[in-house]
Amino acid sequence: MKFIIAIIKPFKLDEVREALGAIGVAGMTVTEVRGFGRQKGQTEIYRGAEYSTNMLPKVKLEIAAADELAAQVVETIQQTASTDAIGDGKVFVFDLASATRIRTGETGDTAL
Amino acid sequence: MKPVQIYRGIHMIRKALCGAGAIGMSLMATTAAFAQEAEAAAAVANPGNNAWMMTATILVLLMILPGLALFYGGLTRSKNMLSTMTQVGGAAALAMLIWVMWGYSTAFGPEGNAFFSWGNAFLSQVTPDSTAATFSDEVISEYVFVSFQMTFAAITAALVLGATVERLKFSAVMLFTAIWLTIVYFPIAHMVWAGGGLLFEMGALDFAGGTVVHINAGVSALVLAMFLGKRSGYPAEPMPPHSLTLTMVGTGLLWVGWFGFNAGSELEADGTAGLAMINTFVATAAGALAWMLMEKMAGHKGSALGFCSGVIAGLVAVTPAAGNSGPFGAIVLGIVASIVAYYAVAKLKAKLGYDDALDVFGIHGVAGIVGAIGTGIVYQPGFGGPGDGSTAMGEQVVIQIVAVAVAITWAAVGTAVTAFVVKAITGLRVTPEVESDGLDIGEHGERAYN
Repeated sequence: MKFIIAIIKPFKLDEVREALGAIGVAGMTVTEVRGFGRQKGQTEIYRGAEYSTNMLPKVKLEIAAADELAAQVVETIQQTASTDAIGDGKVFVFDLASATRIRTGETGDTAL
Repeated sequence: MKPVQIYRGIHMIRKALCGAGAIGMSLMATTAAFAQEAEAAAAVANPGNNAWMMTATILVLLMILPGLALFYGGLTRSKNMLSTMTQVGGAAALAMLIWVMWGYSTAFGPEGNAFFSWGNAFLSQVTPDSTAATFSDEVISEYVFVSFQMTFAAITAALVLGATVERLKFSAVMLFTAIWLTIVYFPIAHMVWAGGGLLFEMGALDFAGGTVVHINAGVSALVLAMFLGKRSGYPAEPMPPHSLTLTMVGTGLLWVGWFGFNAGSELEADGTAGLAMINTFVATAAGALAWMLMEKMAGHKGSALGFCSGVIAGLVAVTPAAGNSGPFGAIVLGIVASIVAYYAVAKLKAKLGYDDALDVFGIHGVAGIVGAIGTGIVYQPGFGGPGDGSTAMGEQVVIQIVAVAVAITWAAVGTAVTAFVVKAITGLRVTPEVESDGLDIGEHGERAYN
């Protein structure tokens, strides 16, 4: 099993969720986060006084997927969340040691 | 020109007034006028005009609370929200009390010289039957006139405090307000609006208080801010407005209330009040969009705060011109004032390095000066103004400039004296700890948001 963390632009969330649902992803956890990368921050101006914020709002997705689905998940996120501009985000993949469904006690792929 | 357009009826002139012959009458005419007092005393206020002036008075109160309180409050940091609003309310309330004790008497007589007046302390000469002259042969009830003028003193005192928010003590606010009204506001109001006043007799045009209220408040704010010093951390630390939503709400209330301020200054519900009304619409609209265009042309985005700032610049600029300009003159005035104030706030302020926290000088002072001088131009019939051309434009502009210079000098010197006295008695600044924790908790024991 793989554990996938993706950082994407907030406005892409719905599109990515629909695309992942279409390829069989059954669930995900979504968090609003702040951070910076190559895009750096943005500048706010109040009556000529400039303040630069060095953190930008992003959305973090966490998805657990069976090994055979993981590559497809990464590809789907990459293609759906891309706007061809800096600041589109990144996808990270980890090996996942175990998964347990709390209600039934099922483990492994069937718990996902 | 018609000097009758620019004075506010007062006790002295009221007694003398029995027709157009009273226009521009000086204080020396009093004795002769006593003969006609019986006739003048019979004048009864027109209920329509009275009703409009009562409404206008409440509209000016709306500008202060909640208008100015929200406009200023939203621009400060959240830890100083209540302090900012309470200072506006506290100064205005104190101004109202001082106004009925000695303020009205010091500004509007009945006895007086070119600089101030006396003889009506604690409103001893006013009864429900007494009246104040308007600019025609009408009168309004004097208590209404006293109330209307009271709100002008209150808002001017409150306006000054925008420059000094987030660090000026509440005790200093109250003492400053009491002294400053007495030695700065009342004399300037007398000089501009009362028969026999220095600038009134010179023929300076100030329909609703561009000089008395806005130049005065702007210059006084700048001087007090210089005495007080910068906020700790300014300008290195970011201090963005904590709620531009509330600032926008306050801006809207100021604009609505300003119709009472400008159209009410006609003292009657007549055609000139209508002219002041339409000018208060169009100059403001032009100022708002001009400021946003300036932002766009400077390579930024047209902003909500830019819109609000332009609204205020336009309103300030049209104040002296409200009944002294045609609608298109007012539009030009709004645009020019907005552009000049934009430069003062966005460029000049950073270079000069003072901390006028909410830009009282940059917007009220600067747009007020543009408006006061520009009124001498847009008043002319050639520019669609209501003037009759009897005073040449150049001559009128010179009068306007002299009036502005007198107001600036008086306000600067008077404020410096006041600040010096207040500093010696209560001190001006809160402690560094209170400034860091915020004045809400430090000075008032409350937080705006829990």
